[in-house]
Amino acid sequence: MHPILKLLVQRIALSLLLLLAASAMIFIGTQILPGDVAQSILGQSATPESLANLRAELGLNEPALTRYFDWLFGALQGDLGTALTNGRDIAESLGTRLKNTMFLAFWAAVISVPLAIFLGLLAVRYQNRWPDKLISAVTLTSISIPEFLIGYVLMYFISVKLGWFTSVSTIYDSMSLGEKLSAIALPVTVLTLVVLAHMMRMTRAAILNVMQSAYIETAELKGLSMFNIIRKHAFPNAIAPIVNVVMLNLAYLVVGVVVVEVVFVYPGMGQYLVDHVSKRDVPVVQACGLIFAAVYIGLNMVADIVSILANPRLRHPK
Amino acid sequence: MSDALLKVRDLKIGATVYPPSGKPHDIEIVHGVSFELEKGKVLGLIGESGAGKSTIGLSAMAYGRGGVKITGGEVWVNGQDILKQGIRDLRRLRGANVTYVSQSAAASFNPAKKIMEQVTEAAILQGKFSRKEAEERAVHLFDKLGLPNPEKIGNRYPHQVSGGQLQRCMTALALCPEPDLVVFDEPTTALDVTTQIDVLMAIKAAIRDTGVAALYITHDLAVVAQVSDDIMVLRMGETVEYGPVDQIINNPQEEYTQALVSVRSIDHEEKLPTPDPVLTVNHVTARYRGTNFDVLRNISVDLHEGQTLAVVGESGSGKSTLARVITGLLPPAEGEINFAGRALSPALEQRSKEDLRELQMIYQMADTAMNPRQTVGTIIGRPLEFYFGMRGAEKRKRIKELLEEIEMGDGFIDRYPAELSGGQKQRVCIARALAAKPKLIICDEVTSALDPLVADGILKLLLNLQKIENVAYLFITHDLATVRAIADSIAVMYQGKVVRYGTKSEVLSPPFDDYTDLLLSSVPEMKLGWLEEVIAHRKMESAGN
Repeated sequence: MHPILKLLVQRIALSLLLLLAASAMIFIGTQILPGDVAQSILGQSATPESLANLRAELGLNEPALTRYFDWLFGALQGDLGTALTNGRDIAESLGTRLKNTMFLAFWAAVISVPLAIFLGLLAVRYQNRWPDKLISAVTLTSISIPEFLIGYVLMYFISVKLGWFTSVSTIYDSMSLGEKLSAIALPVTVLTLVVLAHMMRMTRAAILNVMQSAYIETAELKGLSMFNIIRKHAFPNAIAPIVNVVMLNLAYLVVGVVVVEVVFVYPGMGQYLVDHVSKRDVPVVQACGLIFAAVYIGLNMVADIVSILANPRLRHPK
Repeated sequence: MSDALLKVRDLKIGATVYPPSGKPHDIEIVHGVSFELEKGKVLGLIGESGAGKSTIGLSAMAYGRGGVKITGGEVWVNGQDILKQGIRDLRRLRGANVTYVSQSAAASFNPAKKIMEQVTEAAILQGKFSRKEAEERAVHLFDKLGLPNPEKIGNRYPHQVSGGQLQRCMTALALCPEPDLVVFDEPTTALDVTTQIDVLMAIKAAIRDTGVAALYITHDLAVVAQVSDDIMVLRMGETVEYGPVDQIINNPQEEYTQALVSVRSIDHEEKLPTPDPVLTVNHVTARYRGTNFDVLRNISVDLHEGQTLAVVGESGSGKSTLARVITGLLPPAEGEINFAGRALSPALEQRSKEDLRELQMIYQMADTAMNPRQTVGTIIGRPLEFYFGMRGAEKRKRIKELLEEIEMGDGFIDRYPAELSGGQKQRVCIARALAAKPKLIICDEVTSALDPLVADGILKLLLNLQKIENVAYLFITHDLATVRAIADSIAVMYQGKVVRYGTKSEVLSPPFDDYTDLLLSSVPEMKLGWLEEVIAHRKMESAGN
């Protein structure tokens, strides 16, 4: 077996193991929460009898291990159970929500990743001169301000004062792509501002690190322009750390957008999760947790794989 | 000589220094150096580290490394003062007219790109050749430089070829755009001696065949004597002596040049073996954990009290692994080691404090072998405390004695390593080893990182200390000149085996085995025409076979 294939298989196996561990943690976490689901569903109308009935119906009397494996095998087959609060199929409701979140994350990524890398390259090109300092200052400021504040400020100026975009980003299936994009313009802007700084600074640091290498001097002594040196010689060797931080930020775009979704009333996973946490709807919380974990682990696995593939020593062994 | 290709007049180069205490300030590192180089000629720049030779070499490309700046003088290339040119003209000059070969090709090649792409890059970018022409020329150069498989080697990545091959690829990279001048900056210093000779031959032939002029920078006078027409000896940014190679080697005028020419002429009478060796390595075989490759195979050597056993070999021959086995860092798979009349336990953890004390070690990089935040006194005092429980005035007195022994004086006791020169740092390491009053010191390439004259001083010191303290040295080195200077007996290692072992006179006298012959004949000698003699000799031999 090619050594690189072996490494990749190892990575993927490790990620699956990690996902299994995460599912166990999620399940345990929801089990040790105080209170009782049946109690919270029935609320005031609970009698000892109705509680016992409901527990039996929900399978809450089974041992925890049995319930875990039931849940896990169900999830593997795409059955995430039914929501306790409204009795709807979780996979179905989650599907739409996940699609919306992915839609938002996708457009935020399409704008922020190239922009961040471009700004990082620009900062290296003009290292310690005013463009570098300006880029650092602006991105650091935008990451330091809480996202809900940026959200409300943008809403005030752009939707209220200027009226360019709506402040409520609710989207429906019946909307055209243009309408949808217009609706999510503001949350995408906020998310871009939030994730830009990390990626830009990592790009800058990774490339500057490579710029210390002797082969950069070789390139300089070949008469290459600064831009060509960065593009041809520095960037290919800085891919691994950049991809890592890009993936972490993409993961954040999917799993960390709760606040932005709530601010802009966007029908994504985050809002769905928040709604059901407050209603103590354990199966929904578990399902959301599992999907977030899968996204996180999956994206980091991709980062690992790209790092491995980007290493010429691994790709072309002696 | 108005037709000179390169004319340097009164070149001054400065740099900003950032001392640990105090403000950054500018200093001058090259103080007005002048020289000329005609088309197709080779000028050797020689000097110890800090002499400013690389800095001067790079000034032919109007390039300052790091914070180095050219502050005065003129550098004329092809009739133009390049110090007055803008960055655009300089870029054209750098890729096309003047090119550079660095000391470490391994670091100077981009690991993410194929060799061919990097070799042809400048020629294509500067519009000298089309891609196809450049690649043909590269293959031609690979062939001329004696690289195996010249058609295919360009498709490999830098990590896929050996160090010597990569150094030749770097030469091809420099020659590909058909430059007028190549700056060779210590191109063979990082190579093994048997590899160095091949690369040297290849470079010399390439210079001759392409008619390119060259600046050849090195600290090794014997090497530069083989390739240069003229030599300039530099010291601390100033010219010491400048003249034709014949005059510099055979009739040096300045005292410093004379010292460089006669370096390594230490006369050391070998001592005869005694009946009871202090160290006996008995049929030792070793391998690293998780591998089944034997790094050492059935090694047996003896070392006698107060004597020196030199272990010679190229990188990868297993000589440092032998040191690891003796110190207990790597327990041997088979065989045993006897030390001072007792069996030494294989693993470090089971050795007694006495074992540890009597067996000390000195390393190649004195820099990294000392804690930079401890003073010289603390560094040397530590073994005194640890092994002998010395404290206070008694300890300080002993530290001063040791500083006297290493010829440094007690003024250094409160200094930090950063304030010492390379040679002084190595002396402190020697004092630290001596402080334990050992019976055996393992010296692992202790002079390899030092300039020749400084290294000579260290060797003389070690010989002197051996006389006084009667300590034995296991001296690991790749440098045969060092071996001649210090050894009583020699073990030649090759691919994990001892291929030749005996007293110095036995090992260094014919008849030789093939490997020892190759090794001995590859050591550059301080005479003109040595390289040609070796080539002719080897050709005859291979014709005879």
